[in-house]
Amino acid sequence: MSSLPNLLEGALVTIRLTFFSLLLGLVLGVPLAFGQTYGPKIIRKIIGVYEKVVRSIPLLVILFLIYYGLPRVGIKFPSFIAAVIGIGIRSSAYQSQIYKGAIQSISGSQMKAALSLGMSKLESFRSVILPQSIRIAIPPIANESAIVLKDTSLAYALGVIELLRQGGYIISTTYRPLPIYLTVAAVYLVMTLTINMTLGRFEKKLKIPGIGIEERVR
Amino acid sequence: MSEDKKTILKIEDLHKSFGGNEVLKGVSLSLNKGENKVIIGPSGTGKSTLLNNINRLVPPDEGRIYLDGQEITAGNINKMRQEIGFVFQDFGLFNHLTALGNVRVGLLKVKKMNKKDANELAMKELRRVGLEENADQYPAELSGGQKQRVGIARALAMQPKLILFDEPTSALDPELIGEVLNVMKNLAQEGMTMLVVTHEMGFARTVSDEIIFMEHGHIVEQGPPKQLFNDPEVERTREFLFKLTELYGEGEE
Repeated sequence: MSSLPNLLEGALVTIRLTFFSLLLGLVLGVPLAFGQTYGPKIIRKIIGVYEKVVRSIPLLVILFLIYYGLPRVGIKFPSFIAAVIGIGIRSSAYQSQIYKGAIQSISGSQMKAALSLGMSKLESFRSVILPQSIRIAIPPIANESAIVLKDTSLAYALGVIELLRQGGYIISTTYRPLPIYLTVAAVYLVMTLTINMTLGRFEKKLKIPGIGIEERVR
Repeated sequence: MSEDKKTILKIEDLHKSFGGNEVLKGVSLSLNKGENKVIIGPSGTGKSTLLNNINRLVPPDEGRIYLDGQEITAGNINKMRQEIGFVFQDFGLFNHLTALGNVRVGLLKVKKMNKKDANELAMKELRRVGLEENADQYPAELSGGQKQRVGIARALAMQPKLILFDEPTSALDPELIGEVLNVMKNLAQEGMTMLVVTHEMGFARTVSDEIIFMEHGHIVEQGPPKQLFNDPEVERTREFLFKLTELYGEGEE
């Protein structure tokens, strides 16, 4: 029981890792999705290759490349930052797919209709495409957030003192791996469920007939 | 020239190709204020392209288009589009907005009206198409005919000089077509200037001032419905109208 404060401290680091990784994934993912939807062919190709490459390399290898590999060419990051960059880059590839899908699921005739009212392209996107794509993107984003949260445990390998490593520290002094790892697992579970519940509630609140899950099932 | 005879739309020698395929091969026509012209013709003859060229949703390759005396083939595209209503075959309703929201959004975002005025005007247009009761419903909750009437109300709300209808009833179940045609008929009687692509012969015969028969990117023949139905100059017109009537019926008077 006395180990709980340490675990919670680790959980806090895990939450920070998750937050910043998702944020980096968002900041990179949105322009990637835009480029792939509206960009010229060459840009779309480049982004497609980026996504494929990033999604094909194990996250642990990406993390090692950034943390152990890049210093050899003079680029050195602290372990926390390196972890955020690695996890964030990986998430950007997945997030951009989510946003791309959400944007493209809004029919072209709605864009045409918006333009025909005299809206600029930007205004059409802002008033018509965006409000619908956000709603469509919420469930897959909840999923992606849970995945990123769990994957932050790989930052362990870079020496970031997150939830899993805190657990490891406690085990090395108490020699009780089973209860400690079970507790660690429970904390992950609670955090993952919280993410899903929060976004689920958000989804319900924004729900509009005909947009979202129902429509995709039909 | 009296006020009634003012030319609203004038198209001169319009050309458009997709790839190597020339869809419009020099089309010219004009539409006076309050006039209602119907374009008919086999599919793939460039009818939709012609409408899309007018408000430059698809830019034309060659030719000039004038709206109310002003050339619109160049110049401020968003301003021009405000003045030309467009009704789509598949409605193009904004699914995240209610019926009222759909009609109002152009007033708020394009005309920058305040919310109260926009609401009032939007409700007025919904009333005009008989959908006052459905103002708070989302497109997914409306029937096809109701959706298209929202589409028409949305175009009307912008108070355009002219409305283009691109096969407005082609996506509808047969029993829903009547309610949309009725709305269009009323608009025509109220003096709205309309250019309509449709296969609805009843509407063409009884409502339009002139029928334009297009084929292979050309206008084959145009004239008052009576003349085209009873005494066309070109044999091909008679043939096509006969086929259409056979297929879609004479329509209601």
